[in-house]
Amino acid sequence: MKNPLDSIWGTIISGLILTAILYAAVRNLLT
Amino acid sequence: MDLVPVLARWLHFLAGILWVGLLYYFNFVQIPALKAATADGTAAGITKHVAPRALLYFRWAAVVTWLAGAALLGASFGAAFTLAKGYAGIGIGAWLGTIMLANVWGIIWPNQQKILGMSPATDEAKNKARRVALLASRANMMLSIPMLFFMAGGLTHKAAFGL
Repeated sequence: MKNPLDSIWGTIISGLILTAILYAAVRNLLT
Repeated sequence: MDLVPVLARWLHFLAGILWVGLLYYFNFVQIPALKAATADGTAAGITKHVAPRALLYFRWAAVVTWLAGAALLGASFGAAFTLAKGYAGIGIGAWLGTIMLANVWGIIWPNQQKILGMSPATDEAKNKARRVALLASRANMMLSIPMLFFMAGGLTHKAAFGL
């Protein structure tokens, strides 16, 4: 599988996915 | 003492814009430009005159951003970094910023020194350094997306975080 960080768009999409995961974790586990 | 958070926030934003702005410059402009410049033999202008200056401001802006952020957190520093109740949002932002700072000084800068000839390296070591520096820079770009989301609203946006 290609590393998503090899492309700008792969990096941006990875960042958006990570944002959603961390947001869900903060909402459900930490608050 | 009320001036400290005001000045710390101002400095945090100024230095943060310089840091993340240069990070985006590297990823959106310099890396693709260097690829094209290498192909037509004009890369030396970038590697000799542009990249070292950009890296100088980049790595020190990262330090100033972190220190101003720590000053801004003040007495809440421990609560943020331990993700205490009410501080989880800004705490995640602070952790992401801290990881990015460590990435700059621990991975990106040492590898860039090899790439730009500031520290001795064989051609093989330079090629490896290029790959590591690229991935570390892209990792920071990826982390900047949630970092800015949590930094921008982590302490104050109750609608988003229910704090």
